[in-house]
Amino acid sequence: MTSWLLVMPIAVPFATAVIAYLIRHSVAGRYVSLAGSVLSLVASIALLMAVLDQGVVAAQMSNWDAPFGITLVADYLGVVMVVITAITGLATAIYALGEIPERLEKLGYHALFQTLIAGVTGAFLTGDLFNLYVWFEVMLISSFGLLVLGGTREQLDAGIKYVALNLVSTLVFLSGIGLLYGVTGTLNMADLAGAVAEVEDQGLITVIAMMFMVGFGVKAGVFPLFFWLPASYHTPSFAVSAVFAGLLTKVGVYALMRMFTLVFVGDVGFTHEILIWVSAATMLVGVLGAAAQSDFRKILSFHIISQIGYMTLGLALYTPLALMGGVFYLVHHIIVKANLFLVAGVARLQAGHTDLYRIGGLYKSSPFLAALFIVPAFSLAGFPPLSGFWAKYLIVKAAIELDAWVIAFVALFVGLLTIFSMTKIWGMAFWKPHPDGIDPTPDRAPARIRVPMMIPIVGLAAMTVVIGFFPEPFVQFAEIAAMQLLDPSDYVTTVLGAQR
Amino acid sequence: MNSIIFTAGARILVALLFVFSLFMLLRGHHLPGGGFIGGLIGAVAFIVYSLARGPAEAKAALRLSPEGIGMVGLGIALAAGMVSIFFGAPLFTGQWYWVGGDSYETALFSINSVLVFDIGVYLVVLGGILSLAFAFEEET
Amino acid sequence: MESLTALIVGILVAASVYLMLARNFVRFLFGLILLSNAANLVIFASGRMTPGAPALVPYGADAPLGVVGNALPQALVLTAIVIGFGLLAFTLALAFEAYRRLQTMDTDKMRLAEPEESDEDITK
Repeated sequence: MTSWLLVMPIAVPFATAVIAYLIRHSVAGRYVSLAGSVLSLVASIALLMAVLDQGVVAAQMSNWDAPFGITLVADYLGVVMVVITAITGLATAIYALGEIPERLEKLGYHALFQTLIAGVTGAFLTGDLFNLYVWFEVMLISSFGLLVLGGTREQLDAGIKYVALNLVSTLVFLSGIGLLYGVTGTLNMADLAGAVAEVEDQGLITVIAMMFMVGFGVKAGVFPLFFWLPASYHTPSFAVSAVFAGLLTKVGVYALMRMFTLVFVGDVGFTHEILIWVSAATMLVGVLGAAAQSDFRKILSFHIISQIGYMTLGLALYTPLALMGGVFYLVHHIIVKANLFLVAGVARLQAGHTDLYRIGGLYKSSPFLAALFIVPAFSLAGFPPLSGFWAKYLIVKAAIELDAWVIAFVALFVGLLTIFSMTKIWGMAFWKPHPDGIDPTPDRAPARIRVPMMIPIVGLAAMTVVIGFFPEPFVQFAEIAAMQLLDPSDYVTTVLGAQR
Repeated sequence: MNSIIFTAGARILVALLFVFSLFMLLRGHHLPGGGFIGGLIGAVAFIVYSLARGPAEAKAALRLSPEGIGMVGLGIALAAGMVSIFFGAPLFTGQWYWVGGDSYETALFSINSVLVFDIGVYLVVLGGILSLAFAFEEET
Repeated sequence: MESLTALIVGILVAASVYLMLARNFVRFLFGLILLSNAANLVIFASGRMTPGAPALVPYGADAPLGVVGNALPQALVLTAIVIGFGLLAFTLALAFEAYRRLQTMDTDKMRLAEPEESDEDITK
């Protein structure tokens, strides 16, 4: 039955998408979507329980044995990503009840959203490289739809750039798959781990590794491949940009982590060294880009980039502590970043705009929202005792242990600049009076819109606080995840030996 | 398209293509063919029809919205994959029930989840291609 | 045969890069199509170019008789072509809609989502 535990987190959102599309003209569509998100969360928690109980869980679809069939596999990293995806999905599904207008619902918003969640979950669970490509495409095509849904001129402009660069990255990734198959004759990731080591010409493998790094790098938004991200993330509705910000780039980071711990480990001195400097540049450029922006969502978009640098740094340093920090960072970041975008939506609702020069006075008129902004914002910047502090602490400690002083300094310096950006938002959106003399009280929006939008913000902020005050179980979890990444023998034997 | 030859020929062609697409769908799995090919040929039938009579009439002949057909197909394909839960097998494991025999050579015909899956694929491809084709034809 | 395929892939990629460097989005799109074909060709070639029969198992046999081509890359290519077709069709529709609404295909002029900074913004 474990095979069905692995299938359900993917199948439930797909089924929800079908139903939600067929009844998109009725109000019931949004509640179907909500119910589907709840079920997905239940399914992924069931999977989490199974993984905690048995270690790595794997299943072969259609009963074709690995490495010939498609394998679904969940180790600690995979399952925690699935659970976080379901949580983010549920949060944005609740948020959408308030934010998404009926016009977008009739165009099929909920179906696209659920397909996106299915694609992301599939990418986290698959154990087959070509299948990963397929899930990337499922994810991409639904994200294209969501990005331009509604079709304002800004969205079309952003859509062009997003689509163009993501398609290029997909094709680079696809060519990499072709070459890797040509060299090894297998596409099952667990099987590849062994097959790659047996290839005589390791230089060829390194070339292919670089193709994968570029392909996933565009998706993850690392320097210098991130330009599509700040060009597009601030244009769609807030629920959409929250789920994009939380999940899409992280799929790229996950794919990097998976491939560069499981398959491409033959030339760590070369590939991971490149990744270290790429991460440092990503952190710096992202945070400096954010400092130059004055739009709520654009600042946050650039911060996604700088935070991606920390996660890839965790992978690049390639020690148990660093990987543990990377995994912890992934989880913390998804919650925090999605929440900040959701807060931006409520701020827009009350103050009327996202341009920081044109809003203000939110602290005075809605202190509750201000408090809810402080939690994820300071967590992002790494204030103790919030979740971001532990994430940054682990990464910086790993860097110092390796005597990588420059990197450690960059990481700390970027944290400092993050505080600058967050205080900028705080000062301009919350502290200073509204430039138009409006009092942006919560009553400016009807409760039926505002309440569903506040619930997920409160929930996610609470999670941030919980992770911050009780990091012990989460850190332990991340430690086991890192161990499984560094020593994939469990993963390999479970996949190749798994029968139904 | 204002060619009387094409319009007259299209009637026969559409019917032939459509029957051929169903033939391709049904002979799938054991022989070359299947839902994907069938769906493509079926879509071609409707595209020929819309070239001859205009997209509005082709849509009317289809009766349902192509996107809806695609989504229903996705649902059917998913459901066909999920059937194997009742037989304790992993997702998408084909379930076969032979009538009048116990294998491909001896049986008259079979009831199986693979064909249902193929029908789902057929509808997804038909709906997907047609929704694109209609969108482009209306824009130009 | 392999070297010929490799050459074709090289030419396709070179042409696509040339096209993708253009400012016009339609040219970029054509470049993307060429790149997509190059990627498909890479997968196809990775299965080795053998003069084999189609990988079909005849009645009563458990395995194909004689030399057959590697079926897996062919299946992968088919999947990749279909997905690529869907994505490119979507992109074409998006480009058309963008042209209708933005009245330009020049990517340098598409500055709606990222407006150019004016002095006013900075001093404000």
